[in-house]
Amino acid sequence: MSNTKYILGHFTDPDDLMHGIDKLQENNIKIYDVYTPMPIHGIEDKLGLKRSRLPIAAFCFGLTGTFTAFSMIYYMLVYDWPMNIGGKPAFAMPDFVPVCFELTILFASYGMMFTFFFANHFFPGRAPRVMDLRATNDRFVIAIDAQTNPYPDKINDLLNSAGAVEILHNERKYVSYE
Amino acid sequence: MAGHNESILREPLITGENITYSQITEDILAPVENKPNKAWWIGFSVAVFFALVWVGAISYTFWVGLGVWGLNKTVGWAWDITGFVWWVGIGHAGTLISAVLLLFRQNWRNSINRSAEAMTIFAVICAATYIFAHMGRPWLAYWVFPLPNQFGSLWVNFNSPLVWDVFAISTYFSVSLVFWYTGLLPDIATIRDRATGLRRRIYSILSFGWAGSVKNWQRFEAVSLILAGVSTPLVLSVHTIVSFDFATSLEPGWHTTIFPPYFVAGAIFSGFAMVQTLLLIARKVMKWENYITMFHIESMNKIITVTGSIVGVAYLTELFIAWYSGVEYEQYAFLNRISGPYWWAYWSMMTCNVISPQLFWFKKIRTSIWASWLLSIVVNIGMWFERFVIIVTSLHRDYIPSSWVMFYPSLIDVLLFVGSIGVFFTLFLLFLRVLPGIAIAEVKLILKSSSDQVKQKLIADGKIKPEQAEAYQESLEKFDSVDYLKV
Repeated sequence: MSNTKYILGHFTDPDDLMHGIDKLQENNIKIYDVYTPMPIHGIEDKLGLKRSRLPIAAFCFGLTGTFTAFSMIYYMLVYDWPMNIGGKPAFAMPDFVPVCFELTILFASYGMMFTFFFANHFFPGRAPRVMDLRATNDRFVIAIDAQTNPYPDKINDLLNSAGAVEILHNERKYVSYE
Repeated sequence: MAGHNESILREPLITGENITYSQITEDILAPVENKPNKAWWIGFSVAVFFALVWVGAISYTFWVGLGVWGLNKTVGWAWDITGFVWWVGIGHAGTLISAVLLLFRQNWRNSINRSAEAMTIFAVICAATYIFAHMGRPWLAYWVFPLPNQFGSLWVNFNSPLVWDVFAISTYFSVSLVFWYTGLLPDIATIRDRATGLRRRIYSILSFGWAGSVKNWQRFEAVSLILAGVSTPLVLSVHTIVSFDFATSLEPGWHTTIFPPYFVAGAIFSGFAMVQTLLLIARKVMKWENYITMFHIESMNKIITVTGSIVGVAYLTELFIAWYSGVEYEQYAFLNRISGPYWWAYWSMMTCNVISPQLFWFKKIRTSIWASWLLSIVVNIGMWFERFVIIVTSLHRDYIPSSWVMFYPSLIDVLLFVGSIGVFFTLFLLFLRVLPGIAIAEVKLILKSSSDQVKQKLIADGKIKPEQAEAYQESLEKFDSVDYLKV
């Protein structure tokens, strides 16, 4: 058994990359992850990833915002300190709309963004888990776990036949950022 | 998908020969990774000089009080609110490009959205400075937020459009900032992975640990789409609420229901003009002609023509309704605008905003870089006059003729305005140095579908009807600004 931890197949073209994924999957080789410099549409279906639930989170946060704004205004203007402004009713619903709307948007955006950061483990200063530095530039990289997938030569052949320009057998998972 | 083919009838969004993914990275990061050139230093020095003028003027205003402005007891809002509305309006184009055009799948937004969003944020910062300044006692600015009575005030009055505005502008700024920064993460990671030493460390912190994995991108796309979805009504609501500041009053000339759509159209109009002003120079200085092509310039000019015409219709509608309403004060307000002591402001506004953009109906003019740039400046001036006309000519002669006065700006008014432009350009030029001014990942996304080289290859392979291919080449040669086509 070699010390290789991960096999990285480098592609320079997103269509070749998709072809490579197909080839590997036809041969029952499990793909650990794919790193690309831009979003590739359709790749998540290929890898069997579920749809992101972030939109649901955004909706819930938005509703929270609406209710927060409405109850805040109701408490302040109607319950806690009703004011007589030209004899008009304190509970003037239409006037609540703009602020309720703005807070809906604010809560939805910030709630969704923090969920996004949480789900991806993003925070300022986090050491990036990058397998190859060129994956954010011009390389489309398929990563295969070498410990669970035997026959590295077969993987090499498959990647080569799909049009990989470079194949790396890495003994470390991430390019270090000490 | 990356490999799908786009109709040859669509103009290319990326021109240039031998553009590869790494070439895109190189080109866009050139200003970030290299020492700035002379043009940048000259622009930056001028901008910083005016920013310092602003610091001086605002400090003097805070030290002495609002008496240093040209306001009087009849005209209580003048250059301050004019400047505020002008800056907020400019900001709107950024959100329109990044959000509304994303929802409409307009791929040409991909290379201009980043700098337009940055422009939004800096414009809203400039607008906010006016809000703080015009409060007179800026150290009590927190009174606009809902705080209990211990602070010496009752709860804020949520029936007031000024309170709505506080929520609208602060939400707008916060959401724009998030939208912009989330979009920046992959590009910051690109800089990080190419940098060494301290630069890598800094960009590593800023990148939040972006890795570009499938799940990263999937969630990123979901976030972008939802943020675009919520930003679209947000941007419309913001200028609507800004217009409520005027429309819910009883002032003749302000109290009209046309204000919200009219303000929103005007905001997009002025914002696109400012994007044009900035990007026409940036693409030249940063050598981004291959990414911000003549097609982008032309598209923006078309939007300027459309929104300018909407604004023109709104001006005429205002006049008609004033006459048709039969309200004497309303009629006088508009008669006074056209032929009163501020007639020159009204007619500058009309010429700059309604007549001059109509020149863009000529393809020669809207594909000329010089004409586009000059007209974008004209529009910026016109839109400033629009706000001045609305605010000052309505206030200076309203119901009581004994209170009629003229407004004359003080030196500080002028310095604050000129200075705020300096602040804006300082921030924008710094942005161009430290962050990619074009969204790298989004441009890469359209390389295989919309670039000139792909279309040329299709033509060379004989996959395109000859007459269509000929029309494509002809339009590129005739109108595009890229040099290699002209040789």
